[in-house]
Amino acid sequence: MSLHWYLVVSALIFCIGAGGVLTRRNPLVILLCLELMLNAANLALVAFARAHGDMGGQMFALMVMVVAACEVAVGLGLVVALYRRRLPIDVDELRELQG
Amino acid sequence: MSLTTYGWLVLIFPLAGAVLIGLTFKALPQRVHGAIGTLAIFLSFLSALAMFFELDDRQVVSVAWDYASTVGIDAQLAILVDPLSTLMCLVVAGVSTLIHLYSVAYMGGDRGYSRFFAYLNFFVFSMLLLVLAANFFLLIVGWAFVGAASYLLISFWYRRTTATSAGIKAFVINVLGDVGLMLGTYFVFKGTGTLDFLRTFETVGTSFTENQPELVAGCILLLVGAFAKSAQVPLHTWLPDAMEGPTPVSALIHAATMVTAGVYLIARLHPLFEHAPDAAAVGSIIGCATLLIAATIGLTVTDLKRVIAYSTMSQIGYMIMAVSSAVYAAGMFHLMTHAFFKALLFMAAGSVISAMGGVQDLDKMGGFRKVMPFTFACMVIGGLALAGIPPFAGFFSKDEILSYMLDRGGWYVVMVVLGYLGAFLTAIYTFRMIFRAFFGPMSPEAEELSHGHLYHAPEPTNPATGEVEDTDVGFPGPEHHIAERAGAMKVAMGALAVLAIVGGFLQIPGITSALHDFLEPTFHGSRAYEEIHPSAGAEWLGLAIGAAIGLAGIFVAWRIYGKGGNAAAIQERFSGLHRFFVNKWYFDEAIDFLIVRPAAWLGRFANSTFERVFVNGALVGGSTGAVRVLSAAVRGIQSGYLRYYAALLLVGLTGLGAYFLISA
Repeated sequence: MSLHWYLVVSALIFCIGAGGVLTRRNPLVILLCLELMLNAANLALVAFARAHGDMGGQMFALMVMVVAACEVAVGLGLVVALYRRRLPIDVDELRELQG
Repeated sequence: MSLTTYGWLVLIFPLAGAVLIGLTFKALPQRVHGAIGTLAIFLSFLSALAMFFELDDRQVVSVAWDYASTVGIDAQLAILVDPLSTLMCLVVAGVSTLIHLYSVAYMGGDRGYSRFFAYLNFFVFSMLLLVLAANFFLLIVGWAFVGAASYLLISFWYRRTTATSAGIKAFVINVLGDVGLMLGTYFVFKGTGTLDFLRTFETVGTSFTENQPELVAGCILLLVGAFAKSAQVPLHTWLPDAMEGPTPVSALIHAATMVTAGVYLIARLHPLFEHAPDAAAVGSIIGCATLLIAATIGLTVTDLKRVIAYSTMSQIGYMIMAVSSAVYAAGMFHLMTHAFFKALLFMAAGSVISAMGGVQDLDKMGGFRKVMPFTFACMVIGGLALAGIPPFAGFFSKDEILSYMLDRGGWYVVMVVLGYLGAFLTAIYTFRMIFRAFFGPMSPEAEELSHGHLYHAPEPTNPATGEVEDTDVGFPGPEHHIAERAGAMKVAMGALAVLAIVGGFLQIPGITSALHDFLEPTFHGSRAYEEIHPSAGAEWLGLAIGAAIGLAGIFVAWRIYGKGGNAAAIQERFSGLHRFFVNKWYFDEAIDFLIVRPAAWLGRFANSTFERVFVNGALVGGSTGAVRVLSAAVRGIQSGYLRYYAALLLVGLTGLGAYFLISA
């Protein structure tokens, strides 16, 4: 199979994820969409690695998964903290840090 | 000990005295401080005498310390011992010793006694530093110290508002002179590249062409310094006001020493002025104008001390005129004799003022001749010396100036004629003062003194404004002292009276020229010093004319102010002129109108308009406005919406990526 298809799928998933991050208000869903974006990138990395016969890309994909796991841990921790303090589970309501 | 060691000792004693009195202010009784102060100056005088005997016609520089010694700058703590500085040291330290002695008694009742002597010693130190300085740098230091000491002593009675404002006035005008001196030094330094006097004199001929504009400008700026310190027109207005200080201060600073600093400066820097004759001519003309203006004002002033102050201005006018016209020996001779008789006149005036209980108004005085014979004798001796009556000191010195200037010919002849006119006026105002204070019907104060009581005002008042005062520190003390009853005052005045009689014999035309020969090493490079030399006959003719004019002046004063005088009628007849003189030629008003008020207006303009509109409005307001607009823009981006930041990030990254894609 040509590299193009992988890249097209990757780009599609990335756009879906980005769209979700920009439009959704529930932090859980935003985290899910972020995962989509990361995995889209992973797909592109792995596809390039295979196409060029270079294992570096796959290594990068593993790294991204580690980072994604950390990010999810922090993100979910924040969501739990919000829930515990009985704050609205809605990112648009959390805008106290504005200028 | 060597010559320069004595030179340093001359400086050290007064400084040590000032410091010692200052530090033991509380620890020792007041009387001791008077003794310390007088002794310090006396030791300084002895050192100056030793310097005189060791001198041996030399010019010696002694360097104690290099402040800065690099390419182009040679700022050193160095003294120059030569005949001119030795003469000045002798006059300053000698007259100061006598004035300290006088003050021991005269200031006896004052609560600020110790402070007075500390200031006085500091002043003498500054003055000696000024005359011994071997370079412009130290000269400026001494110059500024002297101004500061003068300020401290004029405002000595610091709770008197008139005294403090007079002190401020003197200080401001003196600082103007300091600026002139400093800028003048800069002009000279720029050309010669050295601050040292002797090297400056050596190189001035090669660094500047004759009358080069830079040198003329520098010399005129130096003259501004001299004029401010020596109270020459138009920077003279501080001197009459300085009479607010205690009388010994007037005698020491404002007659005998400090105000002659300008004369000394011109004599010391004579190679510069001879190389810039245009600047020297300015000095001559200003000196001549001052001697006439001051003499006319002296005719009408009714304050005893201010009469003598204007006479001081006038006499210093003679000296400035002389040294600016390259008549150095005669100018310095007059400086010396003037120091003697003017200090004597001030001391006698102080005695009279004490007898009047602090009042200085001539209109209220009268008939002190019989009750204060010693003071009267001193006043007459001083007056005769001032008026130039033979054989008193001023007779020889003043007429020597005029006959030497006549020898120069040209337009100097005009100044000589004006000088003789000034001499005539001098005799009139001097004897007007004496006739009004000592002759005529007895004033109540003199009446009381004739019964053996010294008059004391029921409550002390400010003689200028009539404000009621107390006698605590910051005001004159409760006791007054007259020469007849205070031995120290008598000794000091007696010594000065003898000097005022015999001081003139140093230079009798055709017989002696002691001072001229003594000063020769200092002026050996001067062409004028030997060339200008009237014959003995011409000098005697000048002396005869001077004596005749002086006697005529005294006669006129007797006709007007003496027995059966018609002073009031004459005043009525020339009321316009009288008003002009009484208002001191409107100099204060003119300065106020031309300088003070424009400066005040400029200040108000700067404060209300410039500050508010330009600084506050444009500069401060403009920069804060710019910051405010920028920060508003930045703040607008910070909406707090997460998706907004995410979108910004995406757009930015996409844009960046697109840019690299396109450029690749």
